[in-house]
Amino acid sequence: MRIPILKLYDCLLVSIQGELDDATALQFQEDLLQKIHETSANGVVIDITSIDFIDSFIAKVLGDVLSMSTLMGAKVVITGIQPAVAITLIELGISLNDVMTALDLEKGLEKLQQELGD
Amino acid sequence: MEFQSCVKIINEWDIVAARQLGRNVAKELGFGTVDQARITTAISELARNIYLYAGQGNVYIDKVYDAGKSGLKIVATDEGPGIQDIRKVMEDGYTTSGGLGAGLPGVKRLMDDFDIDSTPGKGTEILATKWIR
Ligand SMILES: Nc1ncnc2c1ncn2[C@@H]1O[C@H](COP(=O)(O)OP(=O)(O)OP(=O)(O)O)[C@@H](O)[C@H]1O
Ligand SMILES: [Mg+2]
Repeated sequence: MRIPILKLYDCLLVSIQGELDDATALQFQEDLLQKIHETSANGVVIDITSIDFIDSFIAKVLGDVLSMSTLMGAKVVITGIQPAVAITLIELGISLNDVMTALDLEKGLEKLQQELGD
Repeated sequence: MEFQSCVKIINEWDIVAARQLGRNVAKELGFGTVDQARITTAISELARNIYLYAGQGNVYIDKVYDAGKSGLKIVATDEGPGIQDIRKVMEDGYTTSGGLGAGLPGVKRLMDDFDIDSTPGKGTEILATKWIR
């Protein structure tokens, strides 16, 4: 499975759907960085509304995606974190520090626009 | 024990199979969405550890009943290298694989009962149970 990455103006939009296995997660990491490079996108919104759990592996991949995107000059906002996901992440001992988050895709895009200075 | 099912962990797809089975059993037992996520996460951590450190092993999912309570018990067993220093692997951030080192201490916090039995050179057995409140 490959996660589709859409381009909207100078931003990339990703909605992670379904069961996120290890190979798909790693492929997504690679695809997103490639796409940031190709499109010179300034911002990325990753929506995880349909993700119903996150384990330490997926958390590490997501964290790495964030730092790598930052290195490449793109700001990332994560949207749609479910209550159950937030609770289990904290209990696992994982705090995605300095991560920009928003309730939903729309608010995520707004936040990104603000950050990027319109 | 009235119910038991087992997923053999050999490759990374088996990790997905184990956590899907666990979530289904948790749903059947009537766990809420937060506990379902806790159980799914715990199974994913234990199954991945088997895959990473032991190469292969088994994850058993049991429905358990005790003193009028029902619960879900995970048993993760392997015949891998075992764990030398159990206190160390239970520390947050301890990893030998460049991971976050969140797995085992995390599973302990996510579940209600937790127990590791490991013999270096022989293998590891980890039990973790979540009870319905
Ligand atoms: N089944 C096992 N057999 C042998 N060693 C194990 C086993 N499970 C865990 N370990 C050891 O315990 C350490 C800690 O495991 P833990 O799951 O807490 O963190 P991790 O797997 O290194 O990283 P993370 O789970 O956060 O991705 C591992 O690095 C490994 O050395
Ligand atoms: Mg682990």
